[in-house]
Amino acid sequence: MGTGPDAASGPPSCPGPGRAGPLSPDAEELPPRLRPAPRGLRLPPAAAMPNSVLWAVDLFGRVYTLSTAGQYWELCKDSQLEFKRVSATTQCCWGIACDNQVYVYVCASDVPIRRREEAYENQIPSKDDPKELPDPFNDLSVGGWEITEEPVGRLSVWAVSLQGKVWYREDVSHSNPEGSSWSLLDTPGEVVQISCGPHDLLWATLWEGQALVREGINRSNPKGSSWSVVEPPGSENGVMHVSVGVNVVWAVTKDQKVWFRRGVNSHNPCGTSWIEMVGEMLMVNVGMNDQVWGIGCEDRAVYFRQGVTPSELSGKTWKAIVAARECDRSHSGSSSSLLSAGCFFGDEVRGSGESAPSDTDASSEVERPGPGQPLPAEPLDDSKNPTGSSASGPGAGRTAEDTTEDACPAEGSGAARPDTHPGPAPTPAELPWTNIDLKEPKKVPSHSAAGFPETTSLSSLGLLPLGLEEPYGVDDHPLWAWVSGGGCVVEACAMPRWFTVQAGLSPSVQTLSLSITPAQTAAWRKQIFQQLTERTKRELENFRHYEQAVEQSVWVKTGALQWWCDWKPHKWVDVRVALEQFTGHDGARDSILFIYYVVHEEKKYAHIFLNEVVALVPVLNETKHSFALYTPERTRQRWPVRLAAATEQDMNDWLALLSLSCCESRKVQGRPSPQAIWSITCKGDIFVSEPSPDLEAHEHPLPCDQMFWRQMGGHLRMVEANSQGVVWGIGYDHTAWVYTGGYGGGCFQGLASSTSNIYTQSDVKCVHIYENQRWNPVTGYTSRGLPTDRYMWSDASGLQECTKAGTKPPSLQWAWVSDWFVDFSVPGGTDQEGWQYASDFPASYHGSKTMKDFVRRRCWARKCKLVTSGPWLEVPPIALRDVSIIPESPDAERSGHSIALWAISDKGDVLCRLGVSALNPAGSSWLHVGTDQPFASISIGACYQVWAVARDGSAFYRGSVYPSQPAGDCWYHIPSPPRQRLKQVSVGQTSVYALDENGNLWYRQGITPSYPQGSSWEHVSNNVCRVSVGPLDQVWVIANKVQGSHSLSRGTVCHRTGVQPHEPKGHGWDYGIGGGWDHISVRANATRAPRSSSQEQEPSAPPEAHGPVCC
Amino acid sequence: MTDDKDVLRDVWFGRIPTCFTLYQDEITEREAEPYYLLLPRVSYLTLVTDKVKKHFQKVMRQEDISEIWFEYEGTPLKWHYPIGLLFDLLASSSALPWNITVHFKSFPEKDLLHCPSKDAIEAHFMSCMKEADALKHKSQVINEMQKKDHKQLWMGLQNDRFDQFWAINRKLMEYPAEENGFRYIPFRIYQTTTERPFIQKLFRPVAADGQLHTLGDLLKEVCPSAVDPEDRVSLCCSGWSAVVRSWLTATSTSEFK
Repeated sequence: MGTGPDAASGPPSCPGPGRAGPLSPDAEELPPRLRPAPRGLRLPPAAAMPNSVLWAVDLFGRVYTLSTAGQYWELCKDSQLEFKRVSATTQCCWGIACDNQVYVYVCASDVPIRRREEAYENQIPSKDDPKELPDPFNDLSVGGWEITEEPVGRLSVWAVSLQGKVWYREDVSHSNPEGSSWSLLDTPGEVVQISCGPHDLLWATLWEGQALVREGINRSNPKGSSWSVVEPPGSENGVMHVSVGVNVVWAVTKDQKVWFRRGVNSHNPCGTSWIEMVGEMLMVNVGMNDQVWGIGCEDRAVYFRQGVTPSELSGKTWKAIVAARECDRSHSGSSSSLLSAGCFFGDEVRGSGESAPSDTDASSEVERPGPGQPLPAEPLDDSKNPTGSSASGPGAGRTAEDTTEDACPAEGSGAARPDTHPGPAPTPAELPWTNIDLKEPKKVPSHSAAGFPETTSLSSLGLLPLGLEEPYGVDDHPLWAWVSGGGCVVEACAMPRWFTVQAGLSPSVQTLSLSITPAQTAAWRKQIFQQLTERTKRELENFRHYEQAVEQSVWVKTGALQWWCDWKPHKWVDVRVALEQFTGHDGARDSILFIYYVVHEEKKYAHIFLNEVVALVPVLNETKHSFALYTPERTRQRWPVRLAAATEQDMNDWLALLSLSCCESRKVQGRPSPQAIWSITCKGDIFVSEPSPDLEAHEHPLPCDQMFWRQMGGHLRMVEANSQGVVWGIGYDHTAWVYTGGYGGGCFQGLASSTSNIYTQSDVKCVHIYENQRWNPVTGYTSRGLPTDRYMWSDASGLQECTKAGTKPPSLQWAWVSDWFVDFSVPGGTDQEGWQYASDFPASYHGSKTMKDFVRRRCWARKCKLVTSGPWLEVPPIALRDVSIIPESPDAERSGHSIALWAISDKGDVLCRLGVSALNPAGSSWLHVGTDQPFASISIGACYQVWAVARDGSAFYRGSVYPSQPAGDCWYHIPSPPRQRLKQVSVGQTSVYALDENGNLWYRQGITPSYPQGSSWEHVSNNVCRVSVGPLDQVWVIANKVQGSHSLSRGTVCHRTGVQPHEPKGHGWDYGIGGGWDHISVRANATRAPRSSSQEQEPSAPPEAHGPVCC
Repeated sequence: MTDDKDVLRDVWFGRIPTCFTLYQDEITEREAEPYYLLLPRVSYLTLVTDKVKKHFQKVMRQEDISEIWFEYEGTPLKWHYPIGLLFDLLASSSALPWNITVHFKSFPEKDLLHCPSKDAIEAHFMSCMKEADALKHKSQVINEMQKKDHKQLWMGLQNDRFDQFWAINRKLMEYPAEENGFRYIPFRIYQTTTERPFIQKLFRPVAADGQLHTLGDLLKEVCPSAVDPEDRVSLCCSGWSAVVRSWLTATSTSEFK
């Protein structure tokens, strides 16, 4: 039926051989198909390699077929039914659907059409005795086609009901595929599962774990005569599942072990003993030629037993089928897009309740994708699984096509099909599942009705992803529940292309050596090798003293390090490391770092071209001297190469050498340019990157994972710069530092360091630990907690135990310089002894005890000091909290005014530095600017717009700041966004961005020259820790969390994309270096892209136009 | 028993001792000594002759120097042919070392391509690799590779690093286990006797009857003139003569292509 468009004519109610006749020639002439399975069965018999199909059911009950000629699982087009079992032969497939009814799918190869239609029309299996009707079925198996040649195509269909009874379907044959009636067989126990082989083997499993073997099956008695019991391999794990072939029995026990039954044959169907096989399977299925299929326990992949031959029936190894579902193909990348770095960014405003930054509450850390982010698969599923009549678009076409063929709507359907697709394009008939209904006559559900007009029978070509070029998500592999190989012929000589990922040929590939006979190969190889040896002798013997044209490279340094291995379980492994350096023909030096490691006793190496390295970051902690090495790829993975040295000196040596090599290969050296981008890690290490001109290009900006960062000596908490080379930093101890113009310092000595302008620098910070106590009615607060409580001495999160004695300075660079003291300055306040109270751990703490408080904590601090060196000089005497230098727009005139620099002292006073210039970046003196309350953050824009954030979380705008009036005249209060407390502000050319304590980034809307305060805050993103807006109004942030393909990183440099004069908020993020970055300043980078659209820049607010608008 | 790797290594490390002499008409400030080098067969002339260039430029005035080119017995040497091919094609019967004349003037525009920089060689090399993979795997493998893999292939060749090159090239020489070989064998047959630069045709590694093709089959099909009646053929394949009976594999037919 439906071999082609013209076949689908005639109503279903007019069966008869008369229609079978004209159809046959069509079938013969069908050209090879684009989608072989399951219609591939209908290929003319003359075809050289008949295709057969493997059937499988996935976890969702969807039935798929995989053709031996194909590479993709194809969904069986009956979206109405979900199946739990299928059992296939070459001619048909029987299945139990989730309604516990039995269906048969007749493969259309050569079955006369009328048979199928009889199945529709022929209702009750007339011989069924109503009393003998089985209860719902649980398992089913089809076999017996080899018992006899005659009558043609006779099949044995066995089923097990939920009550554990065994049923046999009478009269199933080629010509009567659905059989006539069910007969009950007596069994010695409750049967769970059954398997019928092609010949006379029939095994079943009992609830109790034994196997049942049917004896006496033969040509005249296909039902057999008696049962024998076979004990399971072990008493504690009974047989859960069996599958039989012609001469084999495979079983799975309750512990998922796979067993092969030795000694099974026609004369001894029980066999002799069990052999345990490697691998754990949920089920196994023996198919044609005794080939074996299974579903793996762990991955639920379909496995094929490789190497099963008549002489070695147990085969050799399990090999996973990696073919993807056809529907996966057109949706490549759906899974990987989830992994795209953005999943933590969202548009929703993060409230204070949602994240508890200080006292880490695990639940509050649970992130979800924001509404604007791509959601997981559901939306995609809609389009790839057309469902029934409600489907629209592509789905409708497909469904209708099925229906057309099923229902055979009369004349005209052929004409409706596009004739422009000759041959395979109009899909041949898809035979439906035929319900083998037992209790009452029933039409095939929803399919038989001629409810769909033929006009929708569009060619399905449009739906068929024809191209093989699309890669697909290999990770998103289907999860299988059942497999049946009874209709699948796999010849050892022609393995299907199921075991390799088609997009690449990597897994399981054969290399050069062809499998010719070993003797020939040996002779051939020997001959070639001899000839080559002779050639070498002839051409080289007398000339070995000649110079080589290509100089071999030089090993610069080798050593032993530890490497944080890329595979799970991740751990430090000992490796040998070699830095190999060679001089290119053009004199440029390039280097490769080799990491030699051993995995599974096999020696391997990884290598990194140093010209690809974008950052080398020391990661010191109290135990390891390690560093991380980033390439653009590793940056995207959020998984740097991590190496650890035995000593600090060793680490510094490697770091300095590798840094030097990186800088050499990139020809970066000396003082950073005035436009450099500065950043600081959470360890206080300072990094600088030279902005390429296309970094801020409007179209195709340089991806920021390709920015090269090199380290500068010194230790800072923040750094700010402008494009005239003025750079200021603030240490952890709030000391102000000014950049001297040198480079190097720290571990960078010699060539990598300038000879002057390097000074000793020190920094002091506090290590905090918490003393936790619980109240009990007898003794009051004690240091005896509940068993479930946190450590009585812990870190802020309570997760790590931190005692006074056991807590060490953060790394070996640091040394204690004080004893432990109580810190009274914690957020939330304390009582006189420094205690903070709360109802329970962890909760919000407050400074005085109430009746509801059962726990309290106290913060202890201890100062430690680090001494290093770098191009920094102290700016005494005032300690600072924040600093901002006016960014120079590229077209700004150097008017001879001093460079505006504003700062906040550690007490919260606002300060304005006088006398700052490129030649005197430290300036001369501070001018105090009065405020009503302490301030926390300040920023000055290119047009002297000074914005600040006060301690109470609101913003202020400073009016009338001019070069001639550097301190301005008054503050204008600007309310914070609703229910948020701001903590930082950054002002570029015209854009003003602010950041609140919950990580939300806000853009100040409505700023005009006449109304410089703007009108409202507009939310841009959450997940932001720090923002820096530059002179091009470019927006860079440190993102809290960014998901890479391998790992998640916190503290990641991100660049706002799509920022344009008319779209100052931009539209997305580009992700750069990350994993512990705390601070970035792009305020020195006024480098425009060469082909710049700067002329479109909105007219910037001239300072004179700032009208004094009081609020 | 030798394995493929030994063969591959020997192919890779094939060297041709070469004597470079400055062309007599080039103007020099003092006499130019000949320069002796071992040239890698698998590389390209302009990729490995920086030393030669420097050597001769030392005795020349800046204004007399334009693009360097090489010539052997009157034939300009195409830099885009592998060195081994040039040698086997033109000089295999002459005595070693191979005497190459160096020119800095009168670039033979109609015979040679310009080689302005190493980038040109890299581009040519990569296009050969891509063409070969188009034949072998419909370009699937080379397109799957990352840019850094391409770079590694090139760097491997440029720096004469066998391991580095083969770590990537290995992938280009694989085919799925269930197939009997590449889709088509990438090969080119160069002959001195014809005007055609080379012969290149689609050729499957396996015959319709499933028999593996040999190099002899290939020659009989695409270049019958090279096969003599006794079914013996003498040809230059990177410096060794192959006998018809030898099996056709990637090793014997191509090093890069």
